[in-house]
Amino acid sequence: MTLLSVENITKRFGGLAALEEVSLSVQAGEIYGLIGPNGAGKTTLFNCMTGLYTATSGVVRLEDVEVQALKPHQIVKRGFARTFQNIRLFANMSALENVMVGRHARTHASVIGAVLRCRKTRAEEAGIRERAQELLRYVGLANKSRSLASHLSYGDQRRLEIARALATEPRLLALDEPVAGMNPNERGRMGELFRKLREGGVTLLLIEHDVKLVMGLCDRVAVLDYGRKIAEGRAEEVRNDPAVIAAYLGGEA
Amino acid sequence: MDIFLQQLVNGLVLGSIYALVALGYTMVYGILELINFAHGEVVMIGAMVALSVIGALMGAAPDLPGVMVVLAGILVAIPACMALAFGIEKIAYRPLRRAPRLAPLITAIGVSIILQNLAMLIWGRQYISFPPLLPRASFEFFGAHITLLQIVIVALALTIMAGLWLLVEKTRLGRAMRATAQSREVAQLMGVNVDRVISATFIIGAAIAAIAGVMVSAYYGLAHYYMGFMLGLKAFSAAVLGGIGNLFGAMLGGLLLGVIEALGAGYIGDLTGGFLGSHYQDVFAFFVLIGVLVFRPSGLLGERVANRA
Repeated sequence: MTLLSVENITKRFGGLAALEEVSLSVQAGEIYGLIGPNGAGKTTLFNCMTGLYTATSGVVRLEDVEVQALKPHQIVKRGFARTFQNIRLFANMSALENVMVGRHARTHASVIGAVLRCRKTRAEEAGIRERAQELLRYVGLANKSRSLASHLSYGDQRRLEIARALATEPRLLALDEPVAGMNPNERGRMGELFRKLREGGVTLLLIEHDVKLVMGLCDRVAVLDYGRKIAEGRAEEVRNDPAVIAAYLGGEA
Repeated sequence: MDIFLQQLVNGLVLGSIYALVALGYTMVYGILELINFAHGEVVMIGAMVALSVIGALMGAAPDLPGVMVVLAGILVAIPACMALAFGIEKIAYRPLRRAPRLAPLITAIGVSIILQNLAMLIWGRQYISFPPLLPRASFEFFGAHITLLQIVIVALALTIMAGLWLLVEKTRLGRAMRATAQSREVAQLMGVNVDRVISATFIIGAAIAAIAGVMVSAYYGLAHYYMGFMLGLKAFSAAVLGGIGNLFGAMLGGLLLGVIEALGAGYIGDLTGGFLGSHYQDVFAFFVLIGVLVFRPSGLLGERVANRA
């Protein structure tokens, strides 16, 4: 079943085409890798998909719903969450609170309920806290819940971003360079976390530079270069594609 | 000594009103980085609406106890100000969300002028007196004279501040507000409806402003279409003094400014050998503002602006 389909997305900034007619589709349950040299348009594609940018033309569908007409918070409610390449946590909040914000998409309490301290609101608040604790445990940050997000180590911040994204209960989780700047040991543990997520039923879309990680982890891979998709397929096919090799190593394809 | 204590008490009362108004400035600044210059006018409208209701009620039901009449005035002024602030944000600020920062600032000044003139058309240019409805009881406290009204103002202000703190720290909406303040983009991606959070921020600030408006007009016994201007400037100074964007800063800044002003007014005559009188008290607010901007631009409790975003 196709969970996400991107059809002929073009994004121009003034005269510059950051994305040109890019299409791809992500199947439910797979780990899909998006690779390409710096500036190839990977993050731009993420921004178009999650509603931060409006694509110049083209369609993004999550199952059957066209998402580009929706606001970012509505896209999240449909089960599409993401993390950022440059970590963007709420730095002044504790780790736990960061994840609790992520529960916003799945909770409803109004101010009036909070003022009246009604039972439903209190139960919901307790549920938010409990679920957030659970998610911190899940990503391995159980003992850091009270730390300020800005005080966490780099790797922990990446994990926290994932826990926060998971709090929105995504069916599709898009990770923008989740292991950038990590040492091999940390990378390995992140790889384990991704497999665990997939087993838990989350479809993963991954931007990554680490070819080894991508090849080991991803079911299928697409390669972007200068805003165009130059290859798509199973990891080992893509690796040996001459166009891909040329894009990474330079020279004529 | 009794002058000191008396002015300290007066300052705390005035300061708690400043603090309430300053909260409105600081909440909006925290989320939008917009200085909502129309906030002082929202306070004024709150006072005016309450006084109209009070006047009407006194005519219609002269037997009603005074406290009930004032309460009714407040209860009408609060939703009126909330609706006003909702409208201001939606009509004047939201369309400029992506405009350069100067555009909404100028717009805020424009809204402020429009509201002043509207109020002048509706309520006239004359001072409107606050009818003597509230009990005039007062107490002696180590030689200082404290009225019941003063006690009620301070107690109510502290209650509101505590309530606001709980709202921001402990509720789902409060979390969404803090998240939006730190990054609107990321908050959206957590499912926060940012437009709604921004509206809520304006509305909460306006509800508090309405109460502050009634307090200030009851305290001075007067309301006037122009009263929001000076009050707004001072509350804004208080917010900057405490560190704009920081709730505790607004509370602290408001109280400090009130005390500084009252003590200044009490002693300026002695200090200048009678050259300057207590009517110079307004000057202190702005001396303080200038001093803070020179020596500690981020305010007493403010973070460096670079840390936000």
